Amino acid sequence: MKIAGFLLLLAGWALALAALVLLAPAGPRGAFLSAALAVEVLGLVLFARAHILPKQILPREDVN
Amino acid sequence: MTPDLRFSEIQTAVCIFFLLLAPLAGCGLALIDAGLGRSRNAAHAMMAALCVLAVAACVWFVCGRAFMEYPGGIAYFLTLGAKPWDWIGAGRWFFSGLPMSTPPPGSPGAFLFAWFGIVAVGLAGLIPLGSSSDRWRLGAICASTALLAGLTFPLFAHWTWGGGWLARLGANFGLGHGYIDAGGAGPIHAVGGLTALAVAWIVGPRRGKYTAEGMPMAVPGHNAVLVLFGCIVAFVGWLGLNSAGAMLFAGVEPGRAPLIAVNTLLCASSAALMAAVVTKLRFGKPDASLTANGWVGGLVAGSAACAFVPPAAVLIVGLIAGALIPFSVELLDLRLEVDDPGGAISVHAVGGIWGVLAVGLFGRLEAGAAGQLMAQTVGIATLIGFVLPLTYGLNWLLNLAMPQRVSLEGDRQGMDLHELGAGAYPEFMTHNDDFSR
Repeated sequence: MKIAGFLLLLAGWALALAALVLLAPAGPRGAFLSAALAVEVLGLVLFARAHILPKQILPREDVN
Repeated sequence: MTPDLRFSEIQTAVCIFFLLLAPLAGCGLALIDAGLGRSRNAAHAMMAALCVLAVAACVWFVCGRAFMEYPGGIAYFLTLGAKPWDWIGAGRWFFSGLPMSTPPPGSPGAFLFAWFGIVAVGLAGLIPLGSSSDRWRLGAICASTALLAGLTFPLFAHWTWGGGWLARLGANFGLGHGYIDAGGAGPIHAVGGLTALAVAWIVGPRRGKYTAEGMPMAVPGHNAVLVLFGCIVAFVGWLGLNSAGAMLFAGVEPGRAPLIAVNTLLCASSAALMAAVVTKLRFGKPDASLTANGWVGGLVAGSAACAFVPPAAVLIVGLIAGALIPFSVELLDLRLEVDDPGGAISVHAVGGIWGVLAVGLFGRLEAGAAGQLMAQTVGIATLIGFVLPLTYGLNWLLNLAMPQRVSLEGDRQGMDLHELGAGAYPEFMTHNDDFSR
């Protein structure tokens, strides 16, 4: 899940760059950029969820 | 936006004055981080801040400035889609080639850019201390700061401020004036905040922060006075940083400094008030640490836009920042189990990204508003899609070579005693208790 999230983050950025290079009209370029951001958000969610520790290995001691 | 680099003597003098104020932003952040941490780690927090500033300045001198360069300086280009993509500065290392004597009036003040860079990179390096305090080893802090100051920050700062491809989005692709960020909401705060997120993930939560069921425990800061005093100090530094940045990188005249000062204060004030109201509504009483986070978040969110928006608009920017930050702190703490004692990720990453977007939404610029919004969005996509993976990857590799988290023994003992051999408050029995646990 961590690797998938990492790759989705990079893929989102590549989509944003592709929108600049491949599309000139504002409408399609804006839509492509929005899709790129959506891919990045998906990647961020996956990446963040992959860092949530499994419950059994969380520290058990109380706070000082 | 291409700034005019030919400064008059008056402009140079005013810029120097603002640059002298700017380090207070770092002082404020260091005080806030120390106050929001535990008493047994207070000396370590301040020592780490000093080390970060020192490492950042030295690495900036060695190679950081060369990679960032200034607008119109030497750079490496790629050609993609028949357009030139200026991707990294190609200046000379060790400040060589910069004029040592006073430049004649009307000539580019290359040393002013270098000076601003030292202050900015130090501030960016201080941000991750807030998210990973109480368990991040001093050696690892220095090494991580070297990576930030030598590669991550100069790269994005070149794209933004050094005439890189983001700054040229207007000229190359017709997107408004290109990516605009006068005070560093993106290059300083979002880059620092995303690095804070990467490091917090890598070092993991503090011992005892989460129960076995994953419930977060409250670990209150040890000194609210330091935190709130740090907010005031940071505000003075932000005045200098925003004004100097606007003059150097957006070609703003010194006469617009009062507008920048008013906007900076209004943004911080509205954000702090909104954070106080949100916490009062949610918890029954206004929360001091979250209100302080709101204040700094307002300063961060106003950084990019303060020179280009009217005061009424900046008030809205601050109100939205003040509402976003408490919810972001809660999301990270409760849902994502990211232990961020100083709220650095919410304040700097979330606040910074919102600030970058705010230029596109509220900026009063001659070029098309839709194009400007798109240029700012490309900047945000670059921060999330490139800077975060880059800084995570660098810190992950560093962690393989040099474990960043303190040992279990050090975690139990406290960073002051474990790494420095003495505490910040040796005379107070209450705090001495901490060391024995």
